[in-house]
Amino acid sequence: MYRILKSDLPKLYAAISAKNDLLLPVKTAGKTNFALWTEDAVVDIEALKTVKSPKDAFFPQSENLYTCGKVDGKTTITEEERCNAPFVVFGIKGCDVRAIAVLDKVFLSEPVDSYYASRREHGVIVSMACNRPETSCFCGAFGIDCAQPEGDVVTWQAGEYLYWQPMTEKGEVLTQQVAEFLSACEDAPVNEAMEQIRAICNKLPLKDLDLSAWGAEAAQKNFDSPIWEQLYKPCLACGTCTFVCPTCQCYDIKDYNTGNGVQRYRCWDSCMYSDFTMMAHGNNRNSQMQRFRQRFMHKLAYFPANNDGMFSCVGCGRCVDSCPAHLNIVKVIKAFGKGEK
Amino acid sequence: MQELIERAKSLLEAGQVARVLGWKKGENVWDAEPAFFESADALDAFVYNGFCGANLSKYMIEAGKLEGKTLVFLKPCDSYSFNQLLREHRVDREKAYIIGVGCKGKLAISKIPFDGILNVSGADYPAAAEMLKVETLYGDVEIAYKEAMLERCHVCKGKEHVVYDELLGESCDTVDADRFAEVERIEAMSPEEKFAFFQQELSKCIRCNACRNVCPACSCRKCVFDSTAFDSAQKANTTSFEEKMFHIIRAFHVAGRCTDCGECSRVCPQGIPLHLFNRKFIKDINALYGEYQAGSDLETKAPLTCFTTDDAEPGVGRG
Repeated sequence: MYRILKSDLPKLYAAISAKNDLLLPVKTAGKTNFALWTEDAVVDIEALKTVKSPKDAFFPQSENLYTCGKVDGKTTITEEERCNAPFVVFGIKGCDVRAIAVLDKVFLSEPVDSYYASRREHGVIVSMACNRPETSCFCGAFGIDCAQPEGDVVTWQAGEYLYWQPMTEKGEVLTQQVAEFLSACEDAPVNEAMEQIRAICNKLPLKDLDLSAWGAEAAQKNFDSPIWEQLYKPCLACGTCTFVCPTCQCYDIKDYNTGNGVQRYRCWDSCMYSDFTMMAHGNNRNSQMQRFRQRFMHKLAYFPANNDGMFSCVGCGRCVDSCPAHLNIVKVIKAFGKGEK
Repeated sequence: MQELIERAKSLLEAGQVARVLGWKKGENVWDAEPAFFESADALDAFVYNGFCGANLSKYMIEAGKLEGKTLVFLKPCDSYSFNQLLREHRVDREKAYIIGVGCKGKLAISKIPFDGILNVSGADYPAAAEMLKVETLYGDVEIAYKEAMLERCHVCKGKEHVVYDELLGESCDTVDADRFAEVERIEAMSPEEKFAFFQQELSKCIRCNACRNVCPACSCRKCVFDSTAFDSAQKANTTSFEEKMFHIIRAFHVAGRCTDCGECSRVCPQGIPLHLFNRKFIKDINALYGEYQAGSDLETKAPLTCFTTDDAEPGVGRG
């Protein structure tokens, strides 16, 4: 275990940044989101949740795939370079680290998504324990311990210090790069911090969220349920829940007309949108009820069916906090009550 | 609140309305959701408190397509949106039974700056308290009701409903700010400062379309940003500041029709003060064509869609 005075963190950021791009929570116009560190950035590691998840670091909202054009009458196709430089994502919370494992299932299984894979290969995850979990948090329901997140390096804030524990080879390499700013220390303060965090987790209103009505086996029964007709009604069909979600992974591929060529890019899609998976024959999910149902069935039934029971929700609670109509996955989970599959 | 439930039940039971559009109790006091109630029993889950900020007018577009009348509860500011939708022939007055419900200012949980909120008391209607008691995981605290109010309530349009079949409940004055003060502050900035201000705000945009989808003035059957024939459809920003196109085009499109209901700013997950664009247009319209409030009635000609010989020339008076 190592530690650094929190007041010395700017030096640590600068040191990490010297050899790696550094992404961390930055406050801009009142809201905290992951952004590239610069000397002027207002770093905000006190914020429990960034508005958007750190998913962009590995799976950006929008990214070029290739560009086509004409040079001297000949058609050219220029493939976008893959990520080839190390970068560090600092301050990821336990739920969001688990979310990356969810994304891995999608993008690193065959056929491997090389854009995503190159970022995973070069990205170092420095996670951080959650000191003040929120009412809307329910990571515990998915077996995540926010007091001791996964990651290449795990950090804790306690008192005046940030505690630092490398967990993987990547984490060791990064630790060596910044060793001059870290000093070795006892585990005791971290153990105490973890105890305090777990005590708060025990008081969270959603800690016992019952998922027994969900999972692969529930797919058909829940799909056919008449409850959806009631549940979806307030949904505005916006993409807020999907775009703040750390696990939503659907994307669309589009062409941008550059005037003398085409930039082919992909961008996050939302199953809440009317043209989601629109087919040439015009038949996708053609009602908002179906689109709404898709989102929750995907996370709570289809994904587990295809991934050894792993849910593709991590209980970060962002959708709970940000749905304009106050709909959210917790209300959906509860509406199906206890399971009798 | 009980008064509203009783009235809704009696209208439902008498067959005067086929359903009720209101707000349904959530998991917490602050997360009531818009909901349709089709039976007297279902109305037991009805709630109306300080957190029922959602403007139900837009849901009446869909409700108008259903069989029978829909009873809808509209707050004073919501009734302007309904009127505007009526002018645009997007809702059917005959299919609506409007109860103009009183309002004491609406709250947002995001305006209560404490961690781990477990409960908020004092947000009831009509008995709203001056101080909200907030129970949190980290101790009990208090905050003034006014401090937790939505921006739009600080510049409230007033206690009068502009369209209704009957009225229920009292409203109170919540105005304690100048509606155009923030617009004026930005107008006074240098072009560089203005650009920096909007770039900071708009660079947070995630293109979730919550502002558009909640907006009662955005009721096109097919939005240009949803068209698959459009180069940059709604899903992504092609450059880091492309967002400006979306928000500025949207503001232009609703200019002269926006009632300033404030829903866009209420729902933005990134807290972008989107209402400022609309309010700038409203301010300019007032200055160029005379005071105009969209949705206030069905007769006044809308300044941007009617021509008069003494209309301001483009650019005149803009400096």
